Amino acid sequence: MDMLIGYSLYGISLLTVGGIYAILALGLNIQWGYAGLFNAGIAGFAAVGAYTFALLSTATNPYHFGGLGLPLPLAILAAMVLSGCIAFLIGLVCIRLRSDYLAIATIGIAEIIKLCLKNETDLTNGPRGINKIPRPWEHLGEERFYTSFPMSWIKDAAGWENFFGQLPNWWWQPFFCGSILLLVYTIYLLLEKAQLSPWGRMMTAIRENEGAAHAAGKHVTRRRIEAFVIGAMVMGLAGAMLSQHLKLIDPTNTFDPSKMTFLVWVMLIAGGSGNNKGAIFGAFLVWTIWSASEIFINSGLNVFGQLISDMDISLLKTRAGYLRMVVIGLLLQYILQKYPNGIIPESRPTSAGN
Amino acid sequence: MWQTFGFEFVNFYFIPGLVVGCIYALGAIGITLTFSILRFANFAHGEVMMIGAYFTWTAMTLAKNSFGLSIHPLFAAIPAIALAIGLFIFVDRYFYKPFRSAPTIRVVMASFGMMLVIRSFVQSVWGPNQLTFVPGIARPNETVKSFTNSFDIMILMPNKHFWIIAGTIMIMMALSWLLTKTKIGKGMRAVSDSPELAKVSGIDVEVIIQATWMVGGFCAVAAGVFLAMDLQMLETTMGFRMLLPMFAAAILGGIGRPFGAVIGGLVIGLAEELSVYPWFGNGPLLSPGYKTGVAFAIMIVMLVLRPSGLFKGRLF
Repeated sequence: MDMLIGYSLYGISLLTVGGIYAILALGLNIQWGYAGLFNAGIAGFAAVGAYTFALLSTATNPYHFGGLGLPLPLAILAAMVLSGCIAFLIGLVCIRLRSDYLAIATIGIAEIIKLCLKNETDLTNGPRGINKIPRPWEHLGEERFYTSFPMSWIKDAAGWENFFGQLPNWWWQPFFCGSILLLVYTIYLLLEKAQLSPWGRMMTAIRENEGAAHAAGKHVTRRRIEAFVIGAMVMGLAGAMLSQHLKLIDPTNTFDPSKMTFLVWVMLIAGGSGNNKGAIFGAFLVWTIWSASEIFINSGLNVFGQLISDMDISLLKTRAGYLRMVVIGLLLQYILQKYPNGIIPESRPTSAGN
Repeated sequence: MWQTFGFEFVNFYFIPGLVVGCIYALGAIGITLTFSILRFANFAHGEVMMIGAYFTWTAMTLAKNSFGLSIHPLFAAIPAIALAIGLFIFVDRYFYKPFRSAPTIRVVMASFGMMLVIRSFVQSVWGPNQLTFVPGIARPNETVKSFTNSFDIMILMPNKHFWIIAGTIMIMMALSWLLTKTKIGKGMRAVSDSPELAKVSGIDVEVIIQATWMVGGFCAVAAGVFLAMDLQMLETTMGFRMLLPMFAAAILGGIGRPFGAVIGGLVIGLAEELSVYPWFGNGPLLSPGYKTGVAFAIMIVMLVLRPSGLFKGRLF
């Protein structure tokens, strides 16, 4: 029984993180798949969302700004808005750049965001990061939540303590996972709707032939900024969800600019850019490969370590982790060459609209 | 005047800026050449720089362990350059060439992937931790110190800085000869101007592309080794940290202008170091933590105001 629970909890956490990456991939799909904007600074926008959420929702503490203890939905909304605002400012300046230049510029922006998070110690606690970020559902069991308004209305503190005491300590996991999957589904529905709308068709037109779209009287720059901002907002949302999942974030390891950005790109390209189903499928697929390969490599190395007892396995383990990255990178190269349109290629809406 | 301002300014801000600028310049040459000849931003360039420095370290360590020889990094760089050029040509053949006629974005993405592959490969072979490249503290060159001191302008420069600056000047001269006097160099300039026209005039574009990787690889490894000499250690992230300033230098000088890239590199290097000089009051003008942001700011301003760069580079 314990084993069964363990396996299903692993499955749930796989779905949770896969779902968060799916949100990131959907955000990138708006920018790249719809509008053809090469954003290589995904980690930067996710970091903005994560830090905004963390600073607004954590309890007051002396290490960083605020800890305003705002309600979680409000903090999530703020994370999206701030991420969108930053994308808007960047868009005003950089959106006209050609693809490679935009990639360079967005990599730079991600670096600048990381620099700010690292150096503005008073605001963000610098490289030491922020911890005790509330996680939805689990946060209900925290004292500051069950003693405040909506919950204190139903039961008193002792009653809640009793209630949470009798639940198994993983009770929140399925709920958190469910919330994220629901979020993925909602974003998916909205994006599908957007793609079929006149706005979405205009986006495709701009992506496919900018000159023609411009000649047809479409405001190319403004539409591109819109796609960039909406994508960044979705990424900010994913960042907020990621910070909830991790509970502890720091600027260097959590938001390793190249690794995170790279994984999301692999997900979108593998799944099929321009196709929201593909983005979601790619995210879960790549995340499962990524996460399962870690377990296989580690257990393989453990067996290896038992055979050869005078060997330091921990060293091999860290190195094998990097080797995994090499394999994922080569996988991307393979997909790029063999399936340039991804596993589920983009299907263009017909004129009938279905 | 010299005692109060000059000494500190020249020794602690200007010379380090010049040295960093030389390293950026060498890296930017490769970026600007590949950008103009193959028409894409090669994100893996910084990583080749880094792996070149690791090859050099390995050559030095091998020589020391098996023959008891301690060889100069610049000597050990010779096999490293050969390996790095081989790597560049291998990567081009199997990962970039399939996309020659595809939209640029695909090959940019492939190079973005190669960046991670090469870095992770280095991390798994040499380990993720820092390695000591040249042990010990670099002392200022005594001859220069006493010579300049007799004119009341004491200049403190460790030998490694001389190697870096002199090496850069020599590579620059060789490159200038290559590009203006040899057939292959003229071919490179022709392909950079117009690949179609070059092709119909009988230039083998694939040969030119291989030559470009060779020149780019040579400069990249030189830059990587110089950087490792300057820092005296190796890190797997050093290539990525260099990437943005190098792009900035290439864009500042104008894409396809190798000498523009050199000027761009020097400007970016100096701007980074001088941005932390206390120009007004006592504190540094910019908090040192933001030093790496300077290159980026210059790049954005250039892209918006004058995307062809200072020396009328190409625009894609």
